[in-house]
Amino acid sequence: MRRALHAEWTKFRTVRARPLALLGAVLATVLIGLLGTASRGGGAAPAPPLGPGGEAVSDGFTFVHRTLDGDGSITVRVRSLTGEIAETPTRTVPGLASWSKAGIIVKEGLTSGSRYAALMLTGAHGVRMQHDFTQDTAAPGSSPDAQPWLRLVRAGDLITGYVSADGAAWTEVGTATLRGAPTTLQAGLFVATPAAAQNTGTGIGFAPAAATAAFGPVELHGGWPSGAGAGGWTGGQLGDAGGYPPGVRAGYTSAASGFTLSGAGDIAPLTGGQATAGGIGVERFLVGSFAGILVLLVLGTLTTAGEYRSGLIRTTLAANPRRGRVLAAKACLLGVTGFAAGTIAAAVVLPIGMQGARSSGFVLFPVAWTTELRLVVGTGLLFAVAGVLGVALGAVLRRGATTVAVLVVALVLPYLLAVSSALPAGPAQWLLRLTPAAGFAIQQTLPQYLQVLDVYTPANGYFPLTPWLGLAVLCGYAVTALGLAWALLRRRDV
Amino acid sequence: MEYDTGAMIEVIGLRKRFGTTIALDGMTFTVRPGRVTGFVGPNGAGKSTTMRAVLGLDAPDAGRALIGGEPYRSLRDPLTRVGALLDAGALQPSRTARNHLLWLAHSQGIPAARVDDVLAQVGLADAAKRRAGGFSLGMRQRLGIAAALLGDPPALMLDEPFNGLDPDGIVWMRGFLASLAAQGRAVLVSSHLMNELQDTADHLVVIGRGRVVADASVRELLAAASGRRVVLRTGAPAQAAELLARAGVETSATGPDTVTVTGTEAERVVALLVAAGVPFSEVRADRVSLEEAYWALTRDAVQYRGTVTQAARDEEEAR
Repeated sequence: MRRALHAEWTKFRTVRARPLALLGAVLATVLIGLLGTASRGGGAAPAPPLGPGGEAVSDGFTFVHRTLDGDGSITVRVRSLTGEIAETPTRTVPGLASWSKAGIIVKEGLTSGSRYAALMLTGAHGVRMQHDFTQDTAAPGSSPDAQPWLRLVRAGDLITGYVSADGAAWTEVGTATLRGAPTTLQAGLFVATPAAAQNTGTGIGFAPAAATAAFGPVELHGGWPSGAGAGGWTGGQLGDAGGYPPGVRAGYTSAASGFTLSGAGDIAPLTGGQATAGGIGVERFLVGSFAGILVLLVLGTLTTAGEYRSGLIRTTLAANPRRGRVLAAKACLLGVTGFAAGTIAAAVVLPIGMQGARSSGFVLFPVAWTTELRLVVGTGLLFAVAGVLGVALGAVLRRGATTVAVLVVALVLPYLLAVSSALPAGPAQWLLRLTPAAGFAIQQTLPQYLQVLDVYTPANGYFPLTPWLGLAVLCGYAVTALGLAWALLRRRDV
Repeated sequence: MEYDTGAMIEVIGLRKRFGTTIALDGMTFTVRPGRVTGFVGPNGAGKSTTMRAVLGLDAPDAGRALIGGEPYRSLRDPLTRVGALLDAGALQPSRTARNHLLWLAHSQGIPAARVDDVLAQVGLADAAKRRAGGFSLGMRQRLGIAAALLGDPPALMLDEPFNGLDPDGIVWMRGFLASLAAQGRAVLVSSHLMNELQDTADHLVVIGRGRVVADASVRELLAAASGRRVVLRTGAPAQAAELLARAGVETSATGPDTVTVTGTEAERVVALLVAAGVPFSEVRADRVSLEEAYWALTRDAVQYRGTVTQAARDEEEAR
């Protein structure tokens, strides 16, 4: 096997076009990645706040609050939740976004992005307990009450949410641990509503929305100062709540019967679609990968189908009659060189692209270093598997042009169609589930959140499969092709 | 250098069918060390298929081929056991001659220095760093020979090595093949042209339609085909004919001053004529060319000393 590998490596490096092509794969990936993103004019968008997990978040809403020390509980009834949506830039109509939120919240402080736990009635998703932007729990039970009583109880770091239909019988919704939370929290009522999704005929659009919630009297218990009325309460809009429908603004009123709050904004993680248009996913800098992958497909194909064309395959198999090993050596060669090319390309283009985008004022979705590592390694794996696919299918089909055509149609084309919005979201997602192009999922960086309504399409950076599952689909194709190649290579005369 | 049974190539009852075409029909012969064995037959007779089967490239439907007693596919570093030239054009054109041999050397664990040795041996030292794609057919043949020699194998199998060689190249190739055999190697050389092998091969395996028609030394084959005829040129044909007839030799007048003598050797004819004082200007064995022998083999019912195979006899009987 070592000799077979040595021979294949010598073959590879002694046709000068091949190492050069490998270099070209790296360069193409880097240049396309930088061109595709650098061409847009720079803006000076403010960076979004970051949540406790380092993720970009929306943290703008209407908040009526007071400071509360130590343990205790806060209880309130939501009497109504209504909303308005900007049907056109000048016309506002009644309507409630499905993830409009009204309820009670305890928050570490008034800084955007600070930790919180909240219990809320939503526009269309019943009562939810949410905390720290990414966490979301639905209240048990199927029929949400339109006017539920909500209660948050603090005991140390632990916040527990309860819901009740009558103010007497309480059901636990969920708990949140605000580890290391200060003794003094900001607690109170809030209203937020993200932009409302509208079917525009050409797709989903998002229109500014606002919501108004009427609350009953607030009850404070335990170590928290009891007392009704406006004593100690302040309010207003916290953070950036985005756009409002025309003629609507944030605000609150206080009466003996309770508070009424109006507002827009959201308390949620930012997503990559049109809903928030919050920034650029760093995987955009890897968009040139398809070009590098194309090169690897061709290089892989040349080592098998190319040898059939020249007749060299007979010399190769005479030199090593153990055909499985010959196939393995060729696959290894393309796997290793492909992995090297892919990781180098990604490791070069990512930091340059991110640096360039930041310096020209773009907002990048922050990603963890583990995610960056996955992008680099994943791109290497994509290149490697592409090379192996070329080797395997080239051995099966024995014709270079046919092999490359099949692989382009199976791997590169579905990806380009899906991420370029050339296809509707439905077919695009099926392509990225079923074809080898599913492997590109390894390059996605943005998690999908059920509690945020957005257009989670491939064009926005959302793949139907998780990163490693998508790569597994691609690897499944490669393994199948290798198996077929092995069986045919052993059986066939050359 | 001495080789023995390790150098033998044995082909045992190979059968191979491509669709409805029978390519090999019980091909059986042995290539022995120390001599050049010509492997001859018309195009399509199964020469290349046999060689591919020996190299494990084509799987026979029945029968086996052994190199020194082992099937090719079980050989470790097979190029050190048998070197083969199948298709001189089977090259990656943009790879240099030296690099073409280098990857082959690496595939067998052969040191790179050996590459330069064989390049010099086939006269390609100056062209080592040129792209093989720019080589003439003759140079490619030399490169193919170099590849076959790379592992210094005791057995060699060369398919049509004379193809594309210029006259100088043909002379060189003949001498080269002879020297390889003289080193004790088993050398199998195929050709569809008999006269290419006439002065090269010591032994011939003649095949037709996938089977061996004759497996004999060149001398035997020629003798059998020529039927021991001697041509005598003399000013006294009648006197000579009478003398030879008395000695029990068949004669016939084939010209005003030529007599064709059948059934004895030229030496005996000369001895008889000299003893009787009959004048003559020429006595020569009527040598048929190998080409003619081949024609005779496949065309006529030629039978000689058990070296004609059963297959050939079957064919004769069928006629």
